[in-house]
Amino acid sequence: MHIAEGFLPAAHCAVWYAASTPFVVHGARAAIRQVREHPENRLLLAAAGAFTFVLSALKMPSVTGSSSHPTGTGVGAVLFRPPVMAFLGTIVLLFQALLLAHGGITTLGANVFSMAIAGPWAGYGVYLLLRRIGSLDVAVFGAAFVADLVTYVVTSFQLAAAYPTPTFGAAVTKFMAVFAVTQVPLAIIEGLVSVILVRVLSSLATDELTGLGILTRPTAEEPTHA
Amino acid sequence: MPEQTPATVPSAPAPRTRPRAWVTWVLAAVVVVVFAASMVIARLNSPDTEFGGSDSAAVETLEADGVEPWFRPLFEPGSAEVESGLFALQAAIGAGIIGYALGALGARRRASGQTEPGQRNDELPER
Repeated sequence: MHIAEGFLPAAHCAVWYAASTPFVVHGARAAIRQVREHPENRLLLAAAGAFTFVLSALKMPSVTGSSSHPTGTGVGAVLFRPPVMAFLGTIVLLFQALLLAHGGITTLGANVFSMAIAGPWAGYGVYLLLRRIGSLDVAVFGAAFVADLVTYVVTSFQLAAAYPTPTFGAAVTKFMAVFAVTQVPLAIIEGLVSVILVRVLSSLATDELTGLGILTRPTAEEPTHA
Repeated sequence: MPEQTPATVPSAPAPRTRPRAWVTWVLAAVVVVVFAASMVIARLNSPDTEFGGSDSAAVETLEADGVEPWFRPLFEPGSAEVESGLFALQAAIGAGIIGYALGALGARRRASGQTEPGQRNDELPER
């Protein structure tokens, strides 16, 4: 999903920077507020950010014969809401743009929009929906799967908007062929790994997750053993 | 947006249950299976596939359309070996932080030593 340095026209770079900046600024403030008001959640916040750091560094083979990497933004979006993830994701993308020549400074706005904003919000929406009908595991899987896939779909649209040759629709199809199909098995893997992480956290950080509204307090009627 | 709203999902909250360890291990096994299956399926479809990056594939698509980058990265790792090392460094930093956070959360939990009524405290295997 990293659009390479210099590959978006300057006008598009500016538009995506303008679109992303408010989300990132708001997200930075949300992250600072989270740390100030709930210092007990600092470890969880670090784990959520680090999860994105790890997953977005792992390139995995896919059925299409190319490889790609997950985004790891679903868990953070579920735990801390999407604005915080906009901030954490931007840090990861900045690191990759500056040190790995992966992505770029000119395309940072567009990449932030797909990976740190669109993906987390889509995943969080799916989480809220699935949480009403299913278990936490199912909701977390759905959130991570969708956050991952939507990121790459948005990248396809961004590239098609910049280079609508021969038509916008044909360009979307062209870039989706590169990104979306490749991403499906990776999104499944990301979903499963995210569920594993949340299961481990439910054991280790039960009180913190209850405070964040992820776990519910046991009531007298409900037996707590499964 | 309020950051702390325990009642975000008011309807039908699942009762808090202890995650069962064997399910977690099965999930981990499924990850390995999906990973391996992706690779095998790709190889069956095209035996000499090289698993090039999709980001690079997008760049090749753009270059085939005659798109020229108008800005160069400020720093480039130089070789694939150095680049993969830097990616490994990124994963290592992330994994280190996750490991520290999980360890510290576990230690905090053990130090508090308290179980809420009706809640079991045997999630952590003795080590």
